Amino acid sequence: MSASEQGWPLWEVFVRADRGLNHVHAGSVHAADAETALQAARDVYTRRAEGVSIWVVRSTEIVASDPDRRDDWFGDLKPYRHPTFYEIPDAIGHM
Amino acid sequence: MMTTTTTPLIRFLLRTADDNLVLAQRLGALLARMPELEEDIAVANVCLDHLGQARSLYAHAAILEGLGRSEDDLAMLRDERQFLNATLVEQPDVDFAHTIVRQFFVDAYQVPFYDVLCGASDPVLAGIAEKAVKEARYHLRRSATWVVRLGDGTEESHDRTQAAVDLLWRYTGDLLALDEIEETLVADGVLPSLDGVRGVFDATVASVFAEATLTLPTDPYQRLGGRAGVHTEQFGHLLPEMQRLYRSHPGARW
Repeated sequence: MSASEQGWPLWEVFVRADRGLNHVHAGSVHAADAETALQAARDVYTRRAEGVSIWVVRSTEIVASDPDRRDDWFGDLKPYRHPTFYEIPDAIGHM
Repeated sequence: MMTTTTTPLIRFLLRTADDNLVLAQRLGALLARMPELEEDIAVANVCLDHLGQARSLYAHAAILEGLGRSEDDLAMLRDERQFLNATLVEQPDVDFAHTIVRQFFVDAYQVPFYDVLCGASDPVLAGIAEKAVKEARYHLRRSATWVVRLGDGTEESHDRTQAAVDLLWRYTGDLLALDEIEETLVADGVLPSLDGVRGVFDATVASVFAEATLTLPTDPYQRLGGRAGVHTEQFGHLLPEMQRLYRSHPGARW
């Protein structure tokens, strides 16, 4: 039986591209444990110098908002909450 | 038949390159055959690191010998008895455990070996070693992790890994034996002493095997000869497959 059939768990991979930036979700890998997950993430996602730091998190540990309730959560748009309705004096220029 | 190379430094560069090229050839044959996509990519990365090390070393050897041979000529036009790689790297991939144990022995050796080479008086060799030692450290992290996972895993993974150790240990002597080539290079001040490599290798193997619940064979037999071009049968199958295209189409370009 292959390892896939036994089902190595899935890990989400977050890569920080450079100092001062945030870790950004890059994708996922299958691995038996945390250490091999980190190594797999290094090989799959940072081979071409894309990162200086990697986080891996078991995919099952991520708590996500329910896509079926997207309207309840995010559909109630209130564009006036963005500060885009102010008149900007010409002297300020581009902000 | 090409002439054999003469100076100790060229011979040393060639055999170090040969170790890397032959291992890369073995690893390259595993692509698309690894048990997981992630491992497929990992083995491709390690393969390309070894291939890159081989290329740099061949290119430098080719310049030093000054016979107009290219790195490709050195890799593809020498015959079996002219290859000076340790017999360990030509051993076949019986199963994943053999692949990993072979890699682990190479990595445990290459980390202290390249560490010493960083102090070579030849600046090109020192530069190659500085890049290679970083790659070797990562390779060792990966292979040691797998040795522990397999050795201390299921009964089957332990037994297969122990079987790989029992088979492959006898081929490590080629890597670790110091001969007149190294003695000359050290005496001439080209290389710092390599005496410490064996101790670091032994310590790495001992600590990883303790965690992996693996043991070294009690039989002290070592099959030497790779450094003198005397290879195992497996190499006779690997070499023509590797060289066939280049030899069939001399001078072909992409």
